[in-house]
Amino acid sequence: MASFLLRRLLTLAASLGVTSVAVFFLLAVLPGSPAAVILGTQATPGAVQAEKVKLGLTAPLWDRYGHWIAGLLSGNPGVSYISQRPIGPQIGQALSVTGPLVGLGLTLGLLGGGVLGVLAALRNRRVSGALLSSLGQIGLAVPNFVAGILLVIVVGVKLHWLPTGGFNGWSQGVGPALRQLALPALALGIAEAAIISRFVRSSVVEVLQSDFLRTARAKGLRLGQALVRHGLRNAALPVVTVLGLELAGLLVGAIVVEQVFNLPGLGLLLIDAIDNRDIILVQDVVMLLAGTVLVVNTLVDVSYRLLDPRIGLDA
Amino acid sequence: MTLPLGLRERARTGVEVAPELGASALGDMGLARRFLSCPAALIGGAITGLLVLVALVSLVWTPFDPNAIPQNVHLLAGPSGSHLLGTDALGRDVLSRLMAGSRVSLYAGVVAVVVASVVGVPAGLAAASLGGSASEAIMRLGDILFAFPALLGATTLTAALGASTTTAMLAIGIASVPYFARVARSGALAVLSSEYVLAARAYGQSRPAIVRRHVLPNIAPLLVVQTTLLFSVAILAEAALSYLGLGTPPPSASWGQMLESAQATLQTDPLLALWPALAIALAVLGFNLLGDGLSDVLDPRLRPVA
Repeated sequence: MASFLLRRLLTLAASLGVTSVAVFFLLAVLPGSPAAVILGTQATPGAVQAEKVKLGLTAPLWDRYGHWIAGLLSGNPGVSYISQRPIGPQIGQALSVTGPLVGLGLTLGLLGGGVLGVLAALRNRRVSGALLSSLGQIGLAVPNFVAGILLVIVVGVKLHWLPTGGFNGWSQGVGPALRQLALPALALGIAEAAIISRFVRSSVVEVLQSDFLRTARAKGLRLGQALVRHGLRNAALPVVTVLGLELAGLLVGAIVVEQVFNLPGLGLLLIDAIDNRDIILVQDVVMLLAGTVLVVNTLVDVSYRLLDPRIGLDA
Repeated sequence: MTLPLGLRERARTGVEVAPELGASALGDMGLARRFLSCPAALIGGAITGLLVLVALVSLVWTPFDPNAIPQNVHLLAGPSGSHLLGTDALGRDVLSRLMAGSRVSLYAGVVAVVVASVVGVPAGLAAASLGGSASEAIMRLGDILFAFPALLGATTLTAALGASTTTAMLAIGIASVPYFARVARSGALAVLSSEYVLAARAYGQSRPAIVRRHVLPNIAPLLVVQTTLLFSVAILAEAALSYLGLGTPPPSASWGQMLESAQATLQTDPLLALWPALAIALAVLGFNLLGDGLSDVLDPRLRPVA
C-alpha cells in the first residue's frame, strides 16, 4: 500500500511539474507582450522595452519560471500585468462562482444520470430501455454550451422563467444567486447526466445478472428491494471513479458555459486574460484547473483501490 | 469538455482482441451485412455520409458566397425562397455558411486524427513489441498526457500561438495520443501472443515485418473505431474553441463561431443560433453512433464463434 501511494504521489508530482513547465514555456512564446497591451498601439519600441523591464519580463526564462513556481508554492500567484491587482483575490472571487456552478452541475448530472441509467438498465432489451438509451445518445451529442444556448432560447427568451445571464454575487442572497446559476448548471448537468447514465446503466445491468442478486431474489426480496439493499451499492463503485473524472471535465466545461451565460467565474477570467495577453493570470488559471484535475484523478485512483478489495494494491 | 466518452471508455478498459477472429474482420464477406443490420452504424453512417457530401458540395457550390459581406441585402432576414435559412447580422446567407462550416468541422477531425494516430499508433506498437522499461516509459508518459484535459490544452496552445483551426486541433490530437497508444498497445499485445506470430517468428521474420504484416492489419478495426470517435471529439472541441474565439478565426464560417455571433441577437432571432446548434449536435451524434456501431460490427469479441 505504502509503495503504491508513494508511486502515485510521484506520478502526480511529475505530472504537475511537466504541466507547469509546458504551460509556462508555451505562454512565454506568446506573440504580443503584455507591455505592448498596457501601453497601447502608439507606444514606441523603447517605451515597450522599458515597460517589459518594469514587469520583469526581460529576466531569463528559467528565473521567471522559478519565481512563478516559488510564488505558487507559497500561496502567492502574483500580480496581474494589466490591472496591477493581486491575482489571489481575483481567483477566489471567480471560484465563488465556478465552484458552486460545477457542484450544482455535478449534482444535477448525478441525479438525472442515476435515474436514467437505472431505468434504462431495468428496461434493458425492451423498447422503452432503447428509447432511454437513445435519449442518452442525444444528450451526449449536444455539447454543454450548445445546450446552454438552447436553454436560453426556450426557458429564458420564450418562457421567461429564469434569468439568462450575468451573476450579481452571493451578497444578493442565496435564492436569487441560485436562480442565476440554475440555467448554467442545467446546461452542464444535461451532458453530464447523459455520460453518467451510460455508466450507471452498464453497471446496473451487470449487477442485475449477478449471482448475489439472484440469491437475494430467491430469499424472497422483490426486485426493487434487492436492488436497493444489495445491488446499487455494488453498482456504485465504477460510477464513483467516473464521478471523479467527470468533475475534471465539468471544471473545463464550465469555462465555455460561463461564456454563454456571462458568469464572472474562472472561465471568463481565463478568456479575458488571454485577450489581454495577461500571461501570468493565464498561467495561474490554467495551472489551477489542470492541477485540480490531476489531484482529483490521483484521489480517484487511490480511493478506487481502497474501495474495491478485488483490485490489488501492488499492481 | 467531457465528451471523449466512447474513446475514454474503451481506452480505460483496454481492448482485448481475439486475434484469430480479428484477422478476418476487415476482409469478411459478412461485414456489409452486419453493418446493414446494425441500426447505430446505419444511422451514424448516413449522418456522417451526408456531412461529407455537404462538405464536398460546398467546395464547388454554395447558394451564396459564405464569407463575403453583400451590399443591399436584408440583414437578419427570415427564411425565404432565395435564402432558405435566412441571413445573419451581416447579411450573409446562413445556409451557405452552414455548408462551409461542415468543411471546417471535418478538417478539424482530420487534423486531430492524423496527429493522434501518427504519434500514438507507433508509440503503442513500440511499447507492445519492445516491452520492458521502454514500454513502461512510453505508457507512463502517456499517463501524464492522459490526465491533462484536452480542451484546456487547446486553450493554452491557441492562447500562445494565436487562434487557428490547425493549432487548436493539434492540441486535441496531442491530447488524444494516449488513447491511440493504449488501444494500439493492447491490441498488439494480443496479436503478438498468438500462435501465428510465434510461427512467423520461428520462420525467421523480423520484428518490424511481424508488426507490419500481422499486427497492423489485425488492430486496424480497433483503430477505425477510435478514429471515428475522435472525429466527434474534434468537431465538438473545434466548435467550443471557435465559440470562445480561440478556434477558426473570422470571417471563415465555422459552426461554433456562427453560434457565438448569433448569441447577440438571441432575443429577436433565435433561429440563427438553432441552425449551427443542430449542425454540431447532428455531426457529433453521427460520428458517435457510427463509432459505437462500427465497434459492434468490427469487434470480434461480440461475434458468435461459428
